Amino acid sequence: MLKRLTHTFIHVLDQDEALDFYVGKLGMVVNTDADLGAMRWLTLNFPDQPDLELVLMVPGPPAYDEATSAQIRELVTKGAAGGGVIFETDDCRGTYETLKAAGVEFTQEPMERFYGIDCGLRDPFGNAIRITQPPDGPVVVPSPEELEAQS
Amino acid sequence: MSRAIEDRNRRMLRARDTMDRAFARSLDVPGLARVAHVSPAHFSRQFRATFGETPHRYLQRRRVERAMELLRETERPVTEICLDVGFNSLGTFSRTFRDVVGEPPSAYRARFAADSALLVPACWAMAWLRPAG
Repeated sequence: MLKRLTHTFIHVLDQDEALDFYVGKLGMVVNTDADLGAMRWLTLNFPDQPDLELVLMVPGPPAYDEATSAQIRELVTKGAAGGGVIFETDDCRGTYETLKAAGVEFTQEPMERFYGIDCGLRDPFGNAIRITQPPDGPVVVPSPEELEAQS
Repeated sequence: MSRAIEDRNRRMLRARDTMDRAFARSLDVPGLARVAHVSPAHFSRQFRATFGETPHRYLQRRRVERAMELLRETERPVTEICLDVGFNSLGTFSRTFRDVVGEPPSAYRARFAADSALLVPACWAMAWLRPAG
């Protein structure tokens, strides 16, 4: 039987620029940075979560031909590559302020939702990222009145 | 050429994100063009080339999507919702809503029970429940 998720992949257009963002601004650390000849295997993780790696992949040969790579790059830059990642934090508003001051491009300010407080941003290439602060207790589906108060 | 398209895409995405974020505010082509670092004369054409629809139509769909949620999940008056999502007149809102959704706001509301809260992240609901162009 399968046991757990160990790696998830995201397309970036430049791995060094991705490192500046995901490590330099978001606080991830490099897990593996290996030159495999045809490709650079570059993975990151959070210091407290070493067993789940985010793989930063540059679309290109030999995995994809040049035309396909160009299509992928176009989709990434128009925010249509699909996927994306959700990160967890203990303090969504504080994280938002810190990252905003560091020049991170946000698509949504922190909002209270019944599943917590979350905000949205993009990486330098167009990939969608969300940062969520879970609620203190269990997630409770709100009543229509409570939803109205949140809107 | 490809790098030029990628650069254009990224700048147009920045303008579209602005519409997603500030849909309730008064947005115009010169302001969005500034966000995208392109002249107003080129903005609408480049936006359409990138996303397949005009920025005006995208903003309409974004506003209607927010109105749909408020109609589904609150009991607030239609007039109030119309103003909240960025329309200035009930007439324009009703025409646009019917044009995009295919039925008037009141009929749409009647089809949904008030307790149909969505158990998915906001970004997911926003993208997938937006009416098609």
